[in-house]
Amino acid sequence: MEIGLRLAVSLAQIAAVMGVVMLTVMILTLAERKVLGWMQDRMGPMEVGPYGVLQPIADGLKLFFKEDIIPAGANKFLFTLAPILALVPAMIGFAVIPFGPTMTIELFGMQVKPFVISDINIGILYILAFASIGAYGIILGGWSSNSKYSLLGGLRSAAQVISYELNVGLAIVGVILLSGSLSLVKITEAQAGGFWNWFIIAMPFPQIFAFVVYVISSVAETNRVPFDLPEAESELVAGFFTEYSGMRFAFFFIAEYANMILVSCVAAALFLGGWNAPYPGTILGHLGLDALAWIENVVWFAAKVYFFLFLFFWLRATLPRLRYDQLMRFGWKVMLPIALGNIVLTAIAAYFFPR
Amino acid sequence: MDHIFFFYFAAVIATTSVLVVALRNPVYSALALLIMFFHVAGLYVTLHAEFLAAVQIVVYAGAILVLYLFVVMLLSIKSEERYHNQLPVAGLLGVMLCTEIILLLIQSRTAASAQAVPADPVTGSGNTEMVGEALYSTYLFPFEVASLILLVAMIGAIILAKKDINEQVQQ
Repeated sequence: MEIGLRLAVSLAQIAAVMGVVMLTVMILTLAERKVLGWMQDRMGPMEVGPYGVLQPIADGLKLFFKEDIIPAGANKFLFTLAPILALVPAMIGFAVIPFGPTMTIELFGMQVKPFVISDINIGILYILAFASIGAYGIILGGWSSNSKYSLLGGLRSAAQVISYELNVGLAIVGVILLSGSLSLVKITEAQAGGFWNWFIIAMPFPQIFAFVVYVISSVAETNRVPFDLPEAESELVAGFFTEYSGMRFAFFFIAEYANMILVSCVAAALFLGGWNAPYPGTILGHLGLDALAWIENVVWFAAKVYFFLFLFFWLRATLPRLRYDQLMRFGWKVMLPIALGNIVLTAIAAYFFPR
Repeated sequence: MDHIFFFYFAAVIATTSVLVVALRNPVYSALALLIMFFHVAGLYVTLHAEFLAAVQIVVYAGAILVLYLFVVMLLSIKSEERYHNQLPVAGLLGVMLCTEIILLLIQSRTAASAQAVPADPVTGSGNTEMVGEALYSTYLFPFEVASLILLVAMIGAIILAKKDINEQVQQ
């Protein structure tokens, strides 16, 4: 009975988070086209609904009813498995993200943390682990399609993900050194009390370099412009998902956007204070409305995440795609030394000026 | 409850390990290896070694196996037949290892079963800190030797790659 109830509460939490993520993905597909349109002096989608706001629903319906084609000569089993392998890791990472303040509420006689599904003590490593699994979907999707373009896309993705995952991991180490924990909840709590405590500018050693390395590497890891070589449309048709159609294509598409949201959440939680407001406490808390303070925290978290998501669109509208050798040289010869140097300097600073 | 999980993980690890060497398609072998890594990580979690579990997936599943797949795809082998005529040698070695394991198990059951390791789940400060402290104090020398070996391997790889470029320039 006890276990059943706990399971039900956990499933409800998971369903709520998945719902919010899927809704955000829907908003993002529209927002990206709108933002790109405005930046290029166009209107963006305008046909479906007022100002085109119903476009994501139309897109979803279209993909749902499209014919599902499996190319002749493709490996059917892996061709089916690849989109699932891409989507599941992207979704699973949200389990450890703290969306709001750490608090417990009593529900049916149990302690429930409403704003984080599972506060495990290796939260950030858990996200890194599953982010690296996401590459399998792309690689296997490229291989199983039995097409040259797909295979090239998959190969590029394998090399790119390995190179840039390293930089993501090393950029995070500085923050872990300062906060002394791998749990995203504890890392966020360590940044409370105003924007000067956020790890991007916090004493003893501001993680501004790590932040830049993290943002660039996470753009590369999510295969977004200017690092979208696995799906470079002017070279490889559509890269690893050239042969995919219908819902299988939609799975890859949703996985890409879910990954964007995930890396944005991690960036907000690690470097920009997560759900902490840029001033001590919360305005609603100071006004004596402590019970409603969580709304303000959640809004701040959402604002930071959407800032990063806007950055993704901004980069897409601004920068041309890198060449493959430039990508590798940049990753290994520029980003890696900066990330390693940041770890050494942060370690020295944290040793002499413990927080 | 713990026993159920242990036997599930152990059974899947054993099955997928056999599949890794038995399957004809190298990509399927890599996938079986991926499933095995996950279940090894699961075994670590049941032993309260969450850090080790996460590192297991990040390093083995996330990096090393991706490199394997990269090579397999680059060679674009549909199925590998060259290494499938080693059955006599492999069988001999397998039988020897199996007898060894069985002998060891019988011995430990009779003699040393009293010296069971006390169950000591790492609590309080968390096992990430414990692993770090153990690595940098008790096991400092083996740790440094392991890093040195990795450094040598890295330098070796760089030298191999560099030589190629020089030859191309001379040509």
